[in-house]
Amino acid sequence: MAWNQTILGTGKDPIPTLSLLLIIAASCLAATSGGWALALRRRPALAQRVATAVLVLGAVLGMAGAVLALAGQGAAWTSDWPTPRASLSMKVDGLSAFFLLPVLGLPALASVYGLGYWPQVERGAQSIRLQLYFGLVTGAMAMVCVAANGILFLAAWEVMALAGFFLVFTEHEKPEVQRAAFVYLAAAHAGNLALFALFALLGRMAGSFEFAAMSGLDGGAPLAGWVFGLALFGFGLKAGLVPLHFWLPGAHAAAPSHVSALMSGVLLKTGIYGILRVTGFFEAVPPAWGGTLLLMGTASAVLGVAFALAQHDVKRLLAYHSVENIGIIAMGAGLALLGRASGNPALVVLGFSGAVLHVVNHATFKGLLFLGAGAVHHATGTRELDHLGGLGRTMPVTAALFLVGAAAISGLPPLNGFASEWLVFLASFQAVVGHGAGSTPLAGLAAPALALVGGLAAACFAKVFGTVFLGHARSSHAEHGHEAARTMLVPMAALALVCAAIGLFPVAWVPSLTRAAGEWSGLPAASLAGAAGEAAHGAWRVSLVALALLAGVGLLAGWRRRRLGSVQPAAPTWGCGFARPSPRMQYTGSSFADQLVLRFGWVFFPRTRVEPPTGLFPRRAAFGSHMPDTVLDLAILPALGSGVRVADRLRAQFGGRVQSKVLLVLLGVLGLLAWLGLR
Amino acid sequence: MLFTALQLAAFLVLPPLLLGVIGRVKSRVAGREGPPLLQPWRDLLRLAGKGAVYSRTTTWVFRAGPVVGLAAILAAGLLMPLGAPSATVAFAGDFALLASLLGLARFVTVVAALDTGSSFEGMGAAREVTFSALAEPALFLGLVSLARSTGGLDLTHLLGDGLAVAWRSDASSLLLVALSIFVVALAENARIPVDDPATHLELTMIHEVMVLDHSGPDLALIQYGAALKLYLFGALVVKLALGARLADPAAAFAAFLAGQLAFAAAIGLVEATMARLRLVRVPQLLIGASVLSGFALVLLLRT
Repeated sequence: MAWNQTILGTGKDPIPTLSLLLIIAASCLAATSGGWALALRRRPALAQRVATAVLVLGAVLGMAGAVLALAGQGAAWTSDWPTPRASLSMKVDGLSAFFLLPVLGLPALASVYGLGYWPQVERGAQSIRLQLYFGLVTGAMAMVCVAANGILFLAAWEVMALAGFFLVFTEHEKPEVQRAAFVYLAAAHAGNLALFALFALLGRMAGSFEFAAMSGLDGGAPLAGWVFGLALFGFGLKAGLVPLHFWLPGAHAAAPSHVSALMSGVLLKTGIYGILRVTGFFEAVPPAWGGTLLLMGTASAVLGVAFALAQHDVKRLLAYHSVENIGIIAMGAGLALLGRASGNPALVVLGFSGAVLHVVNHATFKGLLFLGAGAVHHATGTRELDHLGGLGRTMPVTAALFLVGAAAISGLPPLNGFASEWLVFLASFQAVVGHGAGSTPLAGLAAPALALVGGLAAACFAKVFGTVFLGHARSSHAEHGHEAARTMLVPMAALALVCAAIGLFPVAWVPSLTRAAGEWSGLPAASLAGAAGEAAHGAWRVSLVALALLAGVGLLAGWRRRRLGSVQPAAPTWGCGFARPSPRMQYTGSSFADQLVLRFGWVFFPRTRVEPPTGLFPRRAAFGSHMPDTVLDLAILPALGSGVRVADRLRAQFGGRVQSKVLLVLLGVLGLLAWLGLR
Repeated sequence: MLFTALQLAAFLVLPPLLLGVIGRVKSRVAGREGPPLLQPWRDLLRLAGKGAVYSRTTTWVFRAGPVVGLAAILAAGLLMPLGAPSATVAFAGDFALLASLLGLARFVTVVAALDTGSSFEGMGAAREVTFSALAEPALFLGLVSLARSTGGLDLTHLLGDGLAVAWRSDASSLLLVALSIFVVALAENARIPVDDPATHLELTMIHEVMVLDHSGPDLALIQYGAALKLYLFGALVVKLALGARLADPAAAFAAFLAGQLAFAAAIGLVEATMARLRLVRVPQLLIGASVLSGFALVLLLRT
């Protein structure tokens, strides 16, 4: 396939090409940045600044390399690695470069945010640990994106998964953190197991673990179906596709907020990268692959946002929104795969571009939202939505930046969330209008599902923004809010700027997205040009309307100001005749979402505790509700619990003696030998 | 070019008259004379000339709401074919931008309502987001059906000449879609049977209760925006029901305006003859609209 087209070096050059060299340097600098925090620990303020500066320097170098690669300077490089069947093969192409931008950019901004949010001066060893693993996970993610050898990929993947565990485990004295971290670890390793099997199969099909040898595999081969299934499980578990999302809300809520931003913004995306990379190896992919991915994506998007609506904890809520957005990305990727299966290049370009652009976009606005939620938590000490309120007055800058992120994630123009969702909408409509052989009209149902998701996401973020920043404080926590430190505001402002820039000028991305789609699908550039031209034509007009919108806002605001002057009379909120309103009478986040949550009663099993008012003069009444995760709390944990009980009973039979356990091992080995012999 | 300018001018001037027509039809059916057709325009001008009072709870979000909301609806007007041969700005996927701009207008109205801290406005905002989220799939199912039937990817083609052929071959589907979009139009514009714009009981309101605290020019912007939005949905229904446009652009424009008049009259008749649904029934109505569009799509996929 297109794997070899962009290779500039001969593959055995002593020094990689500039773009790849920059990315390798970035990976090394990022991975070692935390070491500075440890080495200079006697001067904690300086140590943290140096560690952050090294990470930021690495990110700038790596992003420069990725931009070079996007401009057409893809590169590959191979060197020997004294490990059986492995080599230090790396390659950067359009797909890698698109993932590298957020993978390096977001952690750099998050670590700057950490200067104010998690200062080493106050947190000491905990902060050093966090920075060690923060740098390591960033470097490992960058390596995952450029690895071109199965063993190297798995090694980087394992480092990334383990470093992620230690990041979640930062505040390990808290019981909920322990639980979330171990669920994460178990899920991550279940996924890794599938990936080992996946690369073993791929190695067998291709005869080598080099990615270069894996291009052009036949999608119709009997093993190919297994490869895709394992990829969907292993990478889907990392990405958080429903029903494999169960580890995600707990882990993201338990980690410190800038770590949540990193995990939600970019760590999940490595799963998407894996799915795209592996499907890129194959030619003649069967339609079932795209259909499955589209279906899983749609389910993730709809159920993710529905679960998000039902949450009370702002970080759990944001984590469920990651499930939703991963779903939107998977929908785009599924449409692109369907396009490859049915020979519809327009579907490939639009679906792939929508998916990959949404990867970048989700990293920016979800990063922004998690950092904003962290600022709120930092200022008030609570993440409970219904205890907050009125923070727009005490934290005006955070509120404004959070609003930008909220509008972007709801897919509202003129911000970036709209740009990528527009491409997925367009891909879905392309699937409908196609007639004749290989048409996939059922994929058109993705469009109404995406519209529903957009409506629900807007409802959910109206709920979050309204409950946290608007109205009156609902508890004493919220009364003591204060604006975040400047080191926390600057990264958020940078992310908000990126949201606006991509949203206003999406056309800038179209050429490199098209080139990456061509490399991924192996389709010739000429066949993609039509759809790419249509996308560019549309993207220009999106910019035009967005600018008209901004001009309209300016004109109307000017008119309003002229009409009203600057000072207007103030009064209490109109209470419809009630004279003594109190902050506790405001609509809460739970009541705001209740009617929508009711619509999803068929997947939710909320646990409520109701103490109704009784008698003529009721003393006290109470209502509490909790929304368990349907997959984790109602399926996996009970199943594991009964598994453990069965195992306990079996173990009791053997009385815990070493001899009888060795006997069991012997019987097991004999059984396996017999099975192999009989085959 | 001339007709593009004409359709934009009509978009800016005519929408409040639709409200006048609805009021007149309702009154006539009830045996009253009714307000003059220009009354909505007079109300808007009167509000624009007044001062405004702001709740002490509110922030800049409350003040930005009406401005951004109206600007978004005005921008959406650029994307809808409003009588001229083509929309002012047309491109593949423009329907998504149109729906998102209307979504933006709704989002800012909702957060402005939450900014007051009033439980009534919170209630209205919760209802608004619930019903609009459920209306969204009905609209897009309708658009997907239209795309399947006409082969268009932008509103100008989805609602353009291809419809003439489509009405001949897929009339049953298009009828279902038109019905479904009419229901969506009623829900999105806060008309009976979803919401009663004339009610005086805050507890039962949806749209009106969200804007309780807005006054003066802000309220004028909101009400003008609501009229424009009605005109946009009217255009969707009218273009769909008219089928192909006439060869003569002037005649086509006149037919479009007559269609808008009929749309307003139809809403007036619905409002005069129906009662409001109970709030718990509204989601069922909207899901019903999705089901209608879904059946339309099924009928189209059969071929």
